[in-house]
Amino acid sequence: MPVLECKGLSKSYGAKRALDGVDLRVEAGRIVGLLGPNGSGKTTLIKLANGLLTPTQGRILVNGLEPGVETKRAVSYLPERACLPDWMSARDLMGFYGDFYADFDRQAAEDMLSRLGIDLRAGMKSLSKGNREKVQLIMVMARRARLYLLDEPIGGVDPAARDYILNTIISNYNPEASVIISTHLISDVEKVLDDVIFINQGKVVLAAPADELREQQGKSVDQIFREVFRC
Amino acid sequence: MEWTFEGGGPLYAQIVAAVKLAVASGELKPGERVPGVRELALEAGVNPNTMQRAMAELEREGLLYSQRTAGRFVTEDAGTVAAARRELAEGYVRTFLDAMRRLGLEKDEIHKLLEAEKEEQNAGTGM
Repeated sequence: MPVLECKGLSKSYGAKRALDGVDLRVEAGRIVGLLGPNGSGKTTLIKLANGLLTPTQGRILVNGLEPGVETKRAVSYLPERACLPDWMSARDLMGFYGDFYADFDRQAAEDMLSRLGIDLRAGMKSLSKGNREKVQLIMVMARRARLYLLDEPIGGVDPAARDYILNTIISNYNPEASVIISTHLISDVEKVLDDVIFINQGKVVLAAPADELREQQGKSVDQIFREVFRC
Repeated sequence: MEWTFEGGGPLYAQIVAAVKLAVASGELKPGERVPGVRELALEAGVNPNTMQRAMAELEREGLLYSQRTAGRFVTEDAGTVAAARRELAEGYVRTFLDAMRRLGLEKDEIHKLLEAEKEEQNAGTGM
């Protein structure tokens, strides 16, 4: 059974079609890049998968189920914008995540935080933007989920923080789970991707294994992206 | 190992080529244990599935072998290492000759250049 499946999935905001007849399957054990320019529908697709939005038409299934209480147990979501209460410390956050999610692995979170040298008692407010983003990613990746939805995890951080974030994704790899990374920064993520999905104006324009694309076209995914989305 | 990747071409094939070079050049010694897929994936900054695919290919080509519990090792077969070295060397020669032909150089000009370069290098090292 695929971890995520979309069948004729559409979402409209008033007259605007944000997603238009999307058909997709994401299998277990894959790290998938959801790639498209700004406003192409990436965030809408992610919000449909975690039940923050409901489809206008078609279906979206997580582990074969419509988004709901059951699927939320299995989905770990990193929103595009930081959403952590800034008065909380890393220790508070671990308690918070542990209370909300039975699959939260506190030991794993503590290990990752200590490797970063983050003071567990310091409030989020006192951390740099890069460190706040890393802490949030750690909370998300420390869950033993089946589906990780990471919305622009590397937007707006410096290259060293970007490497840290990508390494964290690789080192938490689990063959039973899938990771979906939405971004328009293709060259930074393409090495960690199994599969790529190009999305434009609400439609999937290309979905294929990354190495297959490189082999067939003799180009990097970044180059192919630039050609597909040439303005 | 140092890992660098180029734009085009599948990543797994680039990993296969890099490991082959390390074995052929002796950077990886016969019988040496190779780190696990996860560790290598982190080191190279690639997906574990990609690294796994490259390791499987290297095993298929006989450059690496795995022992069920102990891990994965560099081949101890001198013939396999020599063949890999020869294959890589031929590749470099082909690339070199292609570049020379594109520059419009003839065979004896290429030979002369090689001889001149060899003498210069010998002089440089005082041999």
